[in-house]
Amino acid sequence: MKILLIEDDREAASYLLKALKEAGHVADHAADGASGFHMADSRDYDVLVVDRMLPERDGLSVISGLREKGNGTPVLILSALGQVDDRVTGLRAGGDDYLTKPFAFSELLARVEVLGRRRGAKEVETHYRVGDLELDRLSHEVRRAGRAIVLQPREFRLLEYLMKHAGQVVTRTMLLENVWDYHFDPQTNVIDVHISRLRAKIERDFGTPLLHTVRGSGYIMRAGE
Amino acid sequence: MRRLRALMRMTAVRLSAVYLALFAIFALVLVIYVTATASNILQSQSRTAIAEETAELGLIYQRAGIVGLVRSIDRRSRQPGASLYLMTDPAGRILAGNVQSLDIGVLDDPGFTSRIFAYQRYEDGGEPDVHLAVAEVVQLPNGMRILVGRDQTDQERFRLIVRNALIAALGLMGIGALAAWLFVGRSALQRIDRLSASSARILAGDLNERLPVTGAGDEFDRLSENLNTLLSRVALLQSGLRQVSDNIAHDLKTPLTRLRNRAEAAMADRSPDADPRAALEAAVAEADGMIRTFDALLMIGRVEAGSHPVEKVETDLSAIVADVAELYEPLAEEAGATIRTHTPSAAPALVSRELIAQALSNLIDNALKYAGGQDRPVEIDVRLAMEGERCRLTVSDNGPGIPADRRERVLERFYRLDESRTKPGSGLGLSLVQAIALVHDGAILLEDAGPGLSVTLDFPAGTGKPSANA
Repeated sequence: MKILLIEDDREAASYLLKALKEAGHVADHAADGASGFHMADSRDYDVLVVDRMLPERDGLSVISGLREKGNGTPVLILSALGQVDDRVTGLRAGGDDYLTKPFAFSELLARVEVLGRRRGAKEVETHYRVGDLELDRLSHEVRRAGRAIVLQPREFRLLEYLMKHAGQVVTRTMLLENVWDYHFDPQTNVIDVHISRLRAKIERDFGTPLLHTVRGSGYIMRAGE
Repeated sequence: MRRLRALMRMTAVRLSAVYLALFAIFALVLVIYVTATASNILQSQSRTAIAEETAELGLIYQRAGIVGLVRSIDRRSRQPGASLYLMTDPAGRILAGNVQSLDIGVLDDPGFTSRIFAYQRYEDGGEPDVHLAVAEVVQLPNGMRILVGRDQTDQERFRLIVRNALIAALGLMGIGALAAWLFVGRSALQRIDRLSASSARILAGDLNERLPVTGAGDEFDRLSENLNTLLSRVALLQSGLRQVSDNIAHDLKTPLTRLRNRAEAAMADRSPDADPRAALEAAVAEADGMIRTFDALLMIGRVEAGSHPVEKVETDLSAIVADVAELYEPLAEEAGATIRTHTPSAAPALVSRELIAQALSNLIDNALKYAGGQDRPVEIDVRLAMEGERCRLTVSDNGPGIPADRRERVLERFYRLDESRTKPGSGLGLSLVQAIALVHDGAILLEDAGPGLSVTLDFPAGTGKPSANA
């Protein structure tokens, strides 16, 4: 993916650029809001990663400026302001996702990849398949190797989100935000317990695992291995 | 001299000096007025009497001529306690009367004497006594002069006595007032000096120092008492702050030390099967824990300071309870605990959905963490009650509970019942719940659930009126 990082802190920027390149992406860098806006406006990127507080031009103004010009590139906002209200302001300005500093790189990478993928998959999918696991969004049916699996509504939504982003790392925070729609930080491993329940239902009787734990980051849905 | 100048700088002393001057002027005017009026009244009485007598003598002169007049004057002047009488020929020689001598020039001006004059009588004899008098002088057509007067010595003495008494009283009052003001000013100055000395010691950092209170109950005492109360509160806040910062230091230094030790151990481990990855993972987990602690701390701080308005929207509290209970249900099941919810079918309230969910999740998390360890399985009850315009959200467990004397303290940042700090937790969970209650204009109540702990979040539903914070 082609990613533009607009970040004024040199050290953070060089670390992120290096890590993004190692993860197999092409990453450009702008050190201030004005040049970042110019680059995002003139070239084609898959995802923009924008720091909220920037010299020359504020991050939020860069995003709303791009949106006004009809640029729909997915944007991940980075900010030291982590309150729910800050997120709301950021998302209203046209951001697609919000990440609070300090963050783990794995979290940033997972979110960037999910955002980048979304662009390609514009058409609404009603049916997901990973290996021999199938999920029908319309009939709310889940089957593996042809056998029906009964899931609770929340388990269904959890699996749906994981399958939608199959092949991508999904973090615990992303699951809490997207499946439960809460942005606070649960102090314990609540999400892990939900995952292990789900895992028991879709894997116990079928041998090959599909839901993998990525140490230090989250989970990934993937056939094979 | 310096003390005097310092004294003069005091408002009280300056005001006193002004009052003293005004008082002196008024008193002086009073003295002059009283003495002048008194002597005027007495003199005018004498004048009336004299005028009557000269009129009588005028009649005698008309009827009996010079001889009759001389005889009459001679007779009158011999009576005991007589007035003054004097008759002179045109050359000034004395023809009759009882006046031996008088001030020069008194006889030269006919009519009433304009001022009191001195005279001597014949019958005084021996050592001539000087008396004072007023008189009327009449000139006869043939150039002879007659003086009729009244003695004024007693009146004049009386006037002097009144004047002197007034002046003496005024003088004494002035001296007394000055002395009193000097004393008051000096004692006030000394008390202010003592207050300054105490404040200087307090400013130097000794918050246990207190301003002196004499027990007189005056303005100075009231000021000192108020300032002492203020100081006590500052000292209490400061000790609280110190405790919190000590706790922060402890709670963050411990993971930092672990972090450092692990990194150091990983670096020192040169064995071929050393796994630096595991050490790094542990370090990341440790850092995450610290970030979480900091986040909670920052959130409490922001919420408490109210610097960050929280957006409140109309939300169904029952839905939040169901959500959070559902989120924790697998965790509870794994721990062998049960979560029961009791909610009305609809509970609309104007709240921050995220914050209420966070508070509830902290309370359930606490219950799961601390209610265990008893013989019976952990049971957690989440109860939502709408009482009029108030919402009561209660989470109770059947664990060991919290002793009554510690219930206030667990709301403090970093305070933990488990003083060894071996159980997981940051000591911030309930502080955050309390801060969230405050944001919703409510309060947090810790009660005995017999057995166990019951924590209630009591806040106004806020519906029907727009939120001040929105």
